[in-house]
Amino acid sequence: MSTATATPTGTTASYVPSAETLGAVMAPGARPPRPSPVAASLAFGWRAMLKIKHVPEQLFDVTAFPIIMTLMFTYLFGGALAGSTSEYLQYLLPGIMVTSVVMITMYTGVGLNTDIEKGVFDRFRTLPLWRPAALVGMILGDMLRYVLAGSVILAVGLALGFRPGGGVGGVVAGLGLLIVFSFAFSWVWTMFGLLLRSERSVMGVSMLVLFPLTFLSNVFVQPATMPGWLQAFVEVNPIAQLVTAVRSLMAGTPDAGAITWVLVASAVFATLFGALTMYRYNRV
Amino acid sequence: MRDPATGLAIEASGLVKTFGSTRALDGIDLAVPAGTVYGLLGPNGAGKTTAVRVLATLLRPNGGEARVFGHDVVRDADAVRGKVSLTGQYASVDEDLTGMENLTLLGRLLGHRKPAARDRAAQLLAAFGLTEAADRQVKKYSGGMRRRVDIAASILNTPELLFLDEPTSGLDPRSRSQVWEIVRSVVAHGTTVLLTTQYLDEADRLAGRIAVVDHGRVIAEGTPGELKSSVGTGTVHVRLRDAGQRPEAGRVLAAALGAPVQAEADPVALTGRVAGDDGRLQAGERAARALSELAAAGIVVDDFSLGQPSLDEVFLVLTDRPAEPAGDEMEAA
Ligand SMILES: Nc1ncnc2c1ncn2[C@@H]1O[C@H](COP(=O)(O)OP(=O)(O)O)[C@@H](O)[C@H]1O
Ligand SMILES: [Mg+2]
Repeated sequence: MSTATATPTGTTASYVPSAETLGAVMAPGARPPRPSPVAASLAFGWRAMLKIKHVPEQLFDVTAFPIIMTLMFTYLFGGALAGSTSEYLQYLLPGIMVTSVVMITMYTGVGLNTDIEKGVFDRFRTLPLWRPAALVGMILGDMLRYVLAGSVILAVGLALGFRPGGGVGGVVAGLGLLIVFSFAFSWVWTMFGLLLRSERSVMGVSMLVLFPLTFLSNVFVQPATMPGWLQAFVEVNPIAQLVTAVRSLMAGTPDAGAITWVLVASAVFATLFGALTMYRYNRV
Repeated sequence: MRDPATGLAIEASGLVKTFGSTRALDGIDLAVPAGTVYGLLGPNGAGKTTAVRVLATLLRPNGGEARVFGHDVVRDADAVRGKVSLTGQYASVDEDLTGMENLTLLGRLLGHRKPAARDRAAQLLAAFGLTEAADRQVKKYSGGMRRRVDIAASILNTPELLFLDEPTSGLDPRSRSQVWEIVRSVVAHGTTVLLTTQYLDEADRLAGRIAVVDHGRVIAEGTPGELKSSVGTGTVHVRLRDAGQRPEAGRVLAAALGAPVQAEADPVALTGRVAGDDGRLQAGERAARALSELAAAGIVVDDFSLGQPSLDEVFLVLTDRPAEPAGDEMEAA
């Protein structure tokens, strides 16, 4: 309570606004042309990086949670479901990676909701910019977290005995597909982030959507063991398709059908929810 | 710097904005001359923020029209955005970022390359006395510093119209007067300022014209002087030699002024409002007559002064709410 509070008061007390200095900074130099959509999005992405730099605690969610998930499910279910933990890990790891990364996409919506609540977006929305830039930049920043979470899980998996048949290329391709899908899926949450009133309700809705999608899937067990109606759901569950695709890439046996399915679904999510988000964004 | 046709920075007619059953704006008309400070004065919930948000293209009105420098705020929002800046009622900078980072980000968003954006940020921080605090997170700033970095962010692009939504609410007196100085410099430079406030003295000091807003409507408009004289009241302060004469003095004054008179805590002091201009007598004439009637009644007066009506009184008269919590009033005899 000493320096941090004393200095601001000191600065305030000594500041005397001068018409001359203020006039000088207001003198209109040549105004630069408006930034391109890419430049504007990258500037917002830079903001997301700065926020990670200043509030590193937020990375806890994207590192600790996945580690706990991996350890918990490997040792909890490994023996029962696959006979041995190391065998189960070969099956589980791609799925748990998908689950964790898809789970943290919801923070995009929560973060946006908080930003709007605080008023920063009022300023962004009065700038003459390519409108989606603020959101695209935000999601670009979030993609860094997806990569981080995916890498953490991979490291833990390798340490526990995960030996992907696809090698480095297969693993990178699998992770890449996961990131592409997560980018597209984030637009679902930006829409909810704009639609719902509070951070808590965004969390609530996200959980409601994510739990069935991730658990009623092929992440933990083979769908063959499930009743028919559940198999039918898993069949059309985009997360299940994503898990199949990522698993196949990491195993070195790419499943073209599932991969295509995921890419098409990504395009649909990004276009549809991107459009709904922007419609909302222009009218909050 | 102005709509070539009208010389107006803002022209709004019949603006309506509803939130569910709340009519936040209930038919607002505004004509803000370019190059001036224009005050929107009103209590909490009057609709000031909503009006600013509509004019700054953040909200779409449900009805009516508004043009900023001739550009429609709905149809031509992008053109409006190129000319305005907004300092919101609550922080419109990122509190997690430092002052330097906030301004650099904004510079980049306005099209500067990173090094140029940094230079511009440093220049602004210096002009606003924030060089020392440049690398501290804004959430660690004092209220006054936060306001300054917020205003600095708003003038980074040298806007033609600056919206300041309650820029001094919650600030200490010194920070308030710093903000006032900044506003004066900004307008001297040629930028039009639309300022909202709940403080009557603030509007009085800064604004060339004022619109008084209540329940989403403009209930009065004019220069501070016009508003005062349209209400036409002033306040007479009287000090007597002898406290014993006060009850009688109160009766004489109330009759002469045509309005209730109030006894002050000081046993020899009386305060009376002068009734509105009824077409027969000016406030000054009524006060002069009151003084001579006190003398005629043999009451010794040590001090007698006629104060200008404050905007406080103007507002309270316009909105029909009690001017002051009921004190011990002396009724006219
Ligand atoms: N987003 C909103 N949703 C619902 N009601 C709102 C919203 N914004 C403002 N209002 C209501 O509109 C009225 C005017 O609010 P506002 O413009 O913020 O007033 P002021 O800025 O003068 O205090 C208030 O009754 C307020 O409760
Ligand atoms: Mg307000």
